[in-house]
Amino acid sequence: MYFGKRRNWSIPYVLFLVFFVLVPLALIVLFAFTSEAGGFSFENFRKFLMHPEAMNILIYSIGVALITTILCLLIGYPAAYILSRMETSRARLLVMLFILPMWINFLIRTLATVALFDFLKLPLGEGALLFGMVYNFLPFMIYPIYNILLKTDQNLIEAAEDLGANPRQVFFRTILPLSYPGITSGIMMVFMPVISTFAIAELLTINNIKLFGTTLQENIYNGMWNYGAALSLLMLLLIGIISLLNTQGSARAAEEGGLI
Amino acid sequence: MQQKPDTSIITVQHLSHAFGGKTVLKDINLSIGKGEFVTILGPSGCGKTTLMRLIGGFLKAMEGKITIAGKDMTNTPPHLRPVNTVFQRYALFPHLNVFGNIAFGLNLKKLTQEEIKKRVMHVLKIVTMTDYEERDVDTLSGGQQQRVAIARAIVNEPEVLLLDEPLAALDLKMRKDMQMEIKAMHKKLGISFVYVTHDQEEALTLSDRIVVMREGEIQQIGTPAQIYNEPENSFVADFIGESNILNGIMIKDRFVEFAGHQFECVDKGFGLHEPVDVVIRPEDIYIFEKLEAAQFTGKVTSSIFKGVHYEMMVTTPEGFEFMIQDYNSFDVGQTVGMLVKPFDIQVMKKERLCNTFEGTVIDKSHIRFLGNNFKCDEAQRYESGASVKVSVDFRNVILHDNEEDGMLSGSVSFILYKGDHYHLTVLTEGDEHIFADTNDIWDDGDRVGISISPDTIQVAND
Repeated sequence: MYFGKRRNWSIPYVLFLVFFVLVPLALIVLFAFTSEAGGFSFENFRKFLMHPEAMNILIYSIGVALITTILCLLIGYPAAYILSRMETSRARLLVMLFILPMWINFLIRTLATVALFDFLKLPLGEGALLFGMVYNFLPFMIYPIYNILLKTDQNLIEAAEDLGANPRQVFFRTILPLSYPGITSGIMMVFMPVISTFAIAELLTINNIKLFGTTLQENIYNGMWNYGAALSLLMLLLIGIISLLNTQGSARAAEEGGLI
Repeated sequence: MQQKPDTSIITVQHLSHAFGGKTVLKDINLSIGKGEFVTILGPSGCGKTTLMRLIGGFLKAMEGKITIAGKDMTNTPPHLRPVNTVFQRYALFPHLNVFGNIAFGLNLKKLTQEEIKKRVMHVLKIVTMTDYEERDVDTLSGGQQQRVAIARAIVNEPEVLLLDEPLAALDLKMRKDMQMEIKAMHKKLGISFVYVTHDQEEALTLSDRIVVMREGEIQQIGTPAQIYNEPENSFVADFIGESNILNGIMIKDRFVEFAGHQFECVDKGFGLHEPVDVVIRPEDIYIFEKLEAAQFTGKVTSSIFKGVHYEMMVTTPEGFEFMIQDYNSFDVGQTVGMLVKPFDIQVMKKERLCNTFEGTVIDKSHIRFLGNNFKCDEAQRYESGASVKVSVDFRNVILHDNEEDGMLSGSVSFILYKGDHYHLTVLTEGDEHIFADTNDIWDDGDRVGISISPDTIQVAND
């Protein structure tokens, strides 16, 4: 055939994956286990463990990510629930409005937030940081939950009513458990990127608060390639572990229309 | 067949319902006895599911009253009604296993874990699903899911079990088995079953009583034998089983004429020479070779072997076609004699003899009815603006293939074969019925144009 075998069509993608995913990953591992002077060593990891500051930043980052995720869930679930109960055309418009800001680069959005805080004479700092995080990541929580709630079989809700569940029981025993895949999907989409975000922290705290992403970026920016690579590897591991814990949930979410 | 009030568990009075202005239930009156197996039967869109959902509480009644177990429950939400439902697609909770699904209602009642376990195990035994309690519901077959759905409902010991086409998703063999199981379960539990289906054979097999519905109205309520042997109108006769339905004339008491012959029958109380509908079941016509013993004769036009019997079409010299079922086969082309016993002839009052509409005279040549201005010769005899009664014979309603060729358009909603012609019910755009007799073959749902010739519209003072 003129185009050759169909499997050859995948060659460009395979090359892309090799050069932009596998090779960089291998380089990160290589750099992480190499000392400044060259040669295999655990020095970078020892440095991380000896430096309470870096450790604290990691724990602080996980804390910020946790709080952001919880806030997004608390605000996002009711929003998604209300949207899913609405007439479809109106709900679609509102979902669009929630997602609309995502079409603008998040740096610009965050700069706008800074301007907004200035205008309202609100102090920048921890509060502003959390506000910025929630503002940026809320749609990622709403959308998968909304999607799964929308697909909830109305018959199941009627079945629960039929079996004697009052509206509260219907929610807690049927709707909520049925939307778990959407919730896990939303958590993954918020928690993981927040850990490694640095620009939002930089802008909204005038560089006063450092997140793990900031440390990472600073080290690499300052030419500390080996230490930076070690930190990256740690973060990858952390994200990997969380994803693994979530595999089952996200597999179901994928099956039922979640985002991840 | 009305149940005495003290023995009925559900009473429905003057119940009406509409969706977006379109009436789906019209003044339904029904009473269901304690322990009775009642089937609501009808073609799709007849309102049977709406009626069931109103009884279950999933819809709020617009008009009328529903009493369950002696209490007015018209506005009671579903979770407070002593009724449980088996849903058409089972509606099992995917996040719970078999045990969790069945225990759902019991957990809400705050029973002890021991009591719950005991009762779940008991119903699992009833539906022959012991040892399945730990299984995921996704891993069960259709029939097994069906059983779990039934177990989940009956474990709550409701006064009434509603079943919404529960066997529709199963294959034929499985359906037959489940029918028998449902019947056995009904006997064992002793509670009332309200069963919704469009399958007449299922209804005849299972029910104590059948409610036949059509277009939001009850056509007949009766035992399976009554519904089959004494259908109240041609719709019921046509919908339940096979039947020959013909136009007839009641000559006098116990004497009816149809298909060009006069027959003795057992019906009386009709007017002299009153037009009637006559129903004869295909298995009730005797067919044989000896022509001298026959009431009427005909030529076999087709013969199909149906397993137990042969199904033959016989055309009489007068041009009427009969469907006959017999264990003996007769050759196509053979002339045969036929005979019908008096008690096998079911005579029914005609619902209508012609189309009648409320109309208004527009001018000397036009009358307005069915939302249209029709040219009409007789209009000249009436004042403009007068309200009149318009009638049009079934034969004079002309149907066109092209909707544009008619003065108004509609769709064929019901076709009745009358032996030598078709009697069609056409639903107009304005949601009104117009009836037409025709020799042309139409299909259910066909879009048609409708017109009426000016000289065939009869007008009378209102």
